Amino acid sequence: MNLLVSSLLIWLVSAVAGFLGALTGLGGGVVLVPLLSLLFHVDIRYAVGASLVSVIATSSGAASAYVREGFSNIRIGMFLEIATTFGAIVGAFLAAKTPSQAIAIVFGLVLLFSAYYSFKTQHDHSDNRPPDRLATRLKLNGSFPGSKGVREYNVYHVPAGFSLMFGAGVLSGLLGIGSGAVKVLAMDQAMRIPFKVSTTTSNFMIGVTAAASAGVYLHRGYIDPGLAMPVMLGVLAGSLLGTRILVKAKVRRLRLVFAAVVVALGVEMIYHGITGRM
Amino acid sequence: MAKEGQWTDQNIEVIIGVMLRVGVLLAAAVVFGGALCYLVKYGHQPTDYRVFHGEPANLRSVTQTVRSAFQLECRGIMQFGLLLLILTPIARVAFSVVAFEKEKDRMYVIMTLIVLANLCYSLIGT
Repeated sequence: MNLLVSSLLIWLVSAVAGFLGALTGLGGGVVLVPLLSLLFHVDIRYAVGASLVSVIATSSGAASAYVREGFSNIRIGMFLEIATTFGAIVGAFLAAKTPSQAIAIVFGLVLLFSAYYSFKTQHDHSDNRPPDRLATRLKLNGSFPGSKGVREYNVYHVPAGFSLMFGAGVLSGLLGIGSGAVKVLAMDQAMRIPFKVSTTTSNFMIGVTAAASAGVYLHRGYIDPGLAMPVMLGVLAGSLLGTRILVKAKVRRLRLVFAAVVVALGVEMIYHGITGRM
Repeated sequence: MAKEGQWTDQNIEVIIGVMLRVGVLLAAAVVFGGALCYLVKYGHQPTDYRVFHGEPANLRSVTQTVRSAFQLECRGIMQFGLLLLILTPIARVAFSVVAFEKEKDRMYVIMTLIVLANLCYSLIGT
């Protein structure tokens, strides 16, 4: 296969991944590394590098839209980015020390978790507890435009959320993904932040988290422009299109199909990792 | 509206939104330009990413990447576009330092500086 053909193919696959990722809310980044390594036989380090820069593109593109709607909380985002950027640097250094097989297995497990987590019911916690003292001191409590006017919310369990965010950062740096699922888990489940605020703030944070490991990747020679080019342009085009038609589309069945693909890729990655064919 | 009132969380969010969009589109345009040059020149050559060699030194650091982009090397231009992409969220954080400072929120200025230090360490210090 020559460069032109393989670039077009990789562009196409990335565009489809970005499109489905945006439509289903699973994010396209999580399937890129398995697709590149299983389908195109790309070394996992190049795949991780290309995936990581694409994650910055989609996150920043989507965040620019959400931020204006007033859902994302820039203070929660900035506070937690301390944890994710530290984690991301640690993860990026770990990536160089971890054998490809182990990375493949961890990747597979994260894929399975992401698929599972995308089906969790999206209901908000409405515990009428008094505000948490630490959250109040850190000015994390906020409000967002709900269907019945402005809704206030309180944030709880700050240390637990902060620790989980460190973990999300490590995974992001190790695997070249946005780890949106873990970020939402930390905010929605641990810190009791409303779901819509959690997902949009997570998206907002993904770019900064990924940028924190991208520098390390660059110096390590993981970012190959020839490979990252079709991946980044494809994912960006696909996800922009996906967010456009997100409002009109019925995504339930699509999400089921995409989640099945994610599970299949996860199993495949674990299998390849264990058998040492990575 | 008074001049101080312009630095509300809402206005900051609008500016951040514009910054992110401009950064991503600019980066994508530069990468695309580099891609045209790259594919026209080397499109017929075979590809192989099976074995990891690591990138050559001229595509591994900020200064080297900028240099090879200005020498109009196709791969250098694409790498420079990717660098612009990496810089986009960093610019957002740098802007937030200023924004929190204008809001006179000392605690968040410090937090944002920590995040910025992490990002700079990764990009330059490693």
